[in-house]
Amino acid sequence: MIRRSAAELARRIHARDVSAVEVTQAHLERIAAVDGAVHAFLHVDAEAALTTARVVDDALDAGAAPASPLAGVPVAVKDVLTTADMPTTCGSRILSGWRPPYDATVVRRLRAAGLVILGKTNMDEFAMGSSTENSAFGPTHNPWDLSRVPGGSGGGSSASLAAFEVPLAVGTDTGGSIRQPGAVTGTVGVKPTYGGVSRYGLVAFSSSLDQAGPCARTVLDAALLHEVIAGWDSLDSTSINAPVPPVVAAARAGAAGDLRGVRVGVVAELGGEGYQPGVLRAFSAAVDTLRGLGAEVVEVSCPSFGYALPAYYLIAPSECSSNLARFDGMRYGLRVGDDGVASAEQVMAATREAGFGAEVKRRIMIGTYALSSGYYDAYYGQAQKVRTLIARDFDAAFERADVLVSPTTPTTAFRIGERVDDPMAMYLADRCTIPANLAGNAALSVPCGTSDEDGLPAGLQVMSPALADDRGYRVAAAFEAAQDAPTIDRVPELETVG
Amino acid sequence: MNERTIELLDYAEVVERFDPVLGLEVHVELSTATKMFCGCGNIFGAPPNTLVCPTCLGLPGSLPVLNAAAVESVIRIGLALDCSIASWCRFARKNYFYPDMPKNFQTSQYDEPIAVDGHLDVLLADGSAFRVGIERAHMEEDTGKSLHMGGRTGRIHGADYSLLDYNRAGVPLIEIVTKPVVGAGARAPEIARAYVSALRDLLRALAVSDVRMDQGSLRCDANVSLMPRGSSRFGTRTETKNVNSLRSVERAVCYEMCRQAAVLAAGGVVVQETRHFDETTSTTSPGRRKETAEDYRYFPEPDLVPIAPTPERVEELRATLPELPRQRRARVAAEWQLSDTELRDLVNAGALDLVASTVDAGAPPDAARSWWVNYLAQEANTREVELADLPITPAQVARVVALVSGGALTHTLARQVVDGVLAGEGEPDEVVASRGLAVVSDASALAAAVDEALAAQPDVAEKIRGGKVAAAGAIVGAVMRATRGQADAQRVRELVLARCAP
Amino acid sequence: MPAISRDEVAHLAALARLDVTDAELDLFAGQLDVILTSVARVGQVASGDIPPTSHAVPLTNVFRPDVVRPGLRREQALAGAPAVEQGRFRVPRILGDE
Repeated sequence: MIRRSAAELARRIHARDVSAVEVTQAHLERIAAVDGAVHAFLHVDAEAALTTARVVDDALDAGAAPASPLAGVPVAVKDVLTTADMPTTCGSRILSGWRPPYDATVVRRLRAAGLVILGKTNMDEFAMGSSTENSAFGPTHNPWDLSRVPGGSGGGSSASLAAFEVPLAVGTDTGGSIRQPGAVTGTVGVKPTYGGVSRYGLVAFSSSLDQAGPCARTVLDAALLHEVIAGWDSLDSTSINAPVPPVVAAARAGAAGDLRGVRVGVVAELGGEGYQPGVLRAFSAAVDTLRGLGAEVVEVSCPSFGYALPAYYLIAPSECSSNLARFDGMRYGLRVGDDGVASAEQVMAATREAGFGAEVKRRIMIGTYALSSGYYDAYYGQAQKVRTLIARDFDAAFERADVLVSPTTPTTAFRIGERVDDPMAMYLADRCTIPANLAGNAALSVPCGTSDEDGLPAGLQVMSPALADDRGYRVAAAFEAAQDAPTIDRVPELETVG
Repeated sequence: MNERTIELLDYAEVVERFDPVLGLEVHVELSTATKMFCGCGNIFGAPPNTLVCPTCLGLPGSLPVLNAAAVESVIRIGLALDCSIASWCRFARKNYFYPDMPKNFQTSQYDEPIAVDGHLDVLLADGSAFRVGIERAHMEEDTGKSLHMGGRTGRIHGADYSLLDYNRAGVPLIEIVTKPVVGAGARAPEIARAYVSALRDLLRALAVSDVRMDQGSLRCDANVSLMPRGSSRFGTRTETKNVNSLRSVERAVCYEMCRQAAVLAAGGVVVQETRHFDETTSTTSPGRRKETAEDYRYFPEPDLVPIAPTPERVEELRATLPELPRQRRARVAAEWQLSDTELRDLVNAGALDLVASTVDAGAPPDAARSWWVNYLAQEANTREVELADLPITPAQVARVVALVSGGALTHTLARQVVDGVLAGEGEPDEVVASRGLAVVSDASALAAAVDEALAAQPDVAEKIRGGKVAAAGAIVGAVMRATRGQADAQRVRELVLARCAP
Repeated sequence: MPAISRDEVAHLAALARLDVTDAELDLFAGQLDVILTSVARVGQVASGDIPPTSHAVPLTNVFRPDVVRPGLRREQALAGAPAVEQGRFRVPRILGDE
């Protein structure tokens, strides 16, 4: 049961072949059996999940139409989205135990669609990281090799999928936090067009880059979840008031395996030096597959992409230094050093010092620096100009190609602990995914087999213009259908307990 | 700190030696139904933390959405101040930590204000006008309110801890900043006061704010600097905060001029700092020095999209502007045929709008003006309140005027009716009824009263019959006494003369 | 030449209200120097007349009608607070003024 796709589970639940409670129970049992080793979840609420599943079953038994195509299917939510009935920690000690008084719009939509929320998944603290090692609550382990990272920041969501703990998860992607974990766990991860999914209730890391999106094991499942969570929200000023691109239809159409008439652009700047040879070989094979499906493959150049990483590591820290200022121990969360003598100012500084981990502090200080008078123009201001150039590169490339492709990550999953003391090495993991965040367009990662030197999964990134998310789904679904067997089938069996 | 040892310079000497430069920053809370960035009610005086939501509490994950009415209000304010309206502008974040600010940044239009480069003509006590340039009007959000506990009562210094109420956090605030006001000379304090007063009248006419300085919906920060007479190089300025009444604006500017002059005269230098105005002593004192220099690290607010009012929209809003105070002054002066002095008295008494409304309610201008500028202004003075805050409305005054002109009240009775309204006894007609103040107009009752008085003073009656018309006064007086003033004296006199006709 | 000194890092920490330890200062000074030197590469891009991008999506004029929406009940608002008194958030003594 736990290996089935969300689409299939939904079909069987709606046909009453199986109950939502049974499906939920099976996944809860799997979590109990393997999550001790994987640590994908920070919080599991079995009781609430079973209650929701029962409500779905009762409605279906009473003859009601399913609330959505995914009604009754379990889902996990990255712990950066607020949930009124569960803690929301963002992987940070500073929010340990905080229970928000409201649901994120995405969470509200999951509930309205009848999905069964199993719990909250682990993440790098405040989504800052590429390995989930920056979680205050311990790292998540990659089900492909428990000594390796599952990527980040949303390693918990992707690992939970690869460990068959849940068929669907919601992540957030600021510089690759959905796609990069998807790639290194052999799962699908989608960053929708910026503004496509509401950010209301998404605890902000970098407001102009953050975007929530679906994580799944198949392209169709991701598309189904995408249509549940996407769409205009009056509570988010940056949400786009336009119809959701027809991603489910595109995924179904793509599965027919015909990409004739589709122009696929290979981005020259996203490859070469610094990339793992096996990853590049898997990528080349993927491009050949696309060509074999009838796509016209062209090479495109995006010269400014070389500056995407430094621009990102100025913009994201700058916005984060401001977004995270509110965590001061005055109104919610941790408070440290309030001995009746210390001033509010001192308690704020003590609380933030004790509550934030090293990477968060580093980024807050970089951002504080980049926004300081005297440095603003050379750093933040200049980074915003680079952003304009990257958007122009995308515009020019999309003149020549309908979608752009690249490896999702330069390497496969690295070992836990390998990069923690070297922030710059860690940052390189996002070099392929960052451009889409800076420009705001859509991008996804679909598994493209394993790297031959280590047998670990690699991802194919497909980038689409803003509001043309459906193009990526079509290409990814076609590519997925052309595989002999899904990459995820190669994930080793996990030892189970209990 | 040698603050206490400063011997202030005499004002006459100050203005002889120095030219003051003013900069006035006025914060106005809009009277929109909801806050700037969320749908929480914008109400003064609600129980603490009952007008809050994730957004104005700055909870993680919350987002702002701009209030359309606030944008309309600031554009209308800008147009009323003859400003240009930006065709494209953004909000920025002003980053600093303070417990009354839930996000630890204030969302504010930093370098892209929506309205720039206007002016406001201010009427001074001598009837002359002074033009104050407007640098900008921009939108931002208010902070929460703190209550300082323990230590000395209610003061921030020496408090043991503080209690925070975020009802006010996120209330729409418009900051209106003047260009440097130069050339004011000795009239600087008066101009500062008159500017704030004129701005208040303007905002009231626009109906965009309660403009209650006592409730903090209009607040003024006064920047003051001095330069030696004849110089054009601005001196170092201080910013005095917490100036919460018109009188305080005048006094704060005056005090800072005298204080700075004393410092400069003694060869010292003025320190650029924030100072606080003390209402009780009418002096200013320095705020706390910060260990680290302020660096607000402004950057464009990514959670709000740019505002781009089209020229058509701006013109639509211009068409909604009501008659503004200066237009109104010009119009009423012409319509009511007022002299410059009469107009000035009317404006200085704060009575213009009240009189105009009274006229709108049907009273003749002279009668309306007389009530407000004379009787009611005196009453306001006695009670030490603003004229507009007296518990009587223009409509009620108009009704009293109508009762007098209709003959139902004498002028003496009318004052009693007004007193009754002020005392909370109800509408004028209710006061007339409950106090029994109606003029006795029943002809037979009046005739009987006259006959009674004539009978009581037969000698006087005889004199009148003999042609001594002047003697009628005694009888009229007696009738008025008998009717407790409720008779129309002219009517009584006519009756007396008719009865005594040969 | 380092992009940033230890003293500057201490100043940043103070601005950002982080009560960092001496050991952290040493660590962060080195790391921030490496990171800032690297990201300074954005300065190599010729940027003369390039407009900066602050928002990924070119939206303008997003407003909400001035209509009251229900917010939080006071108990909800205060539920997560470290300290509460008289229906208000209780915080340590506040220095200075704003």
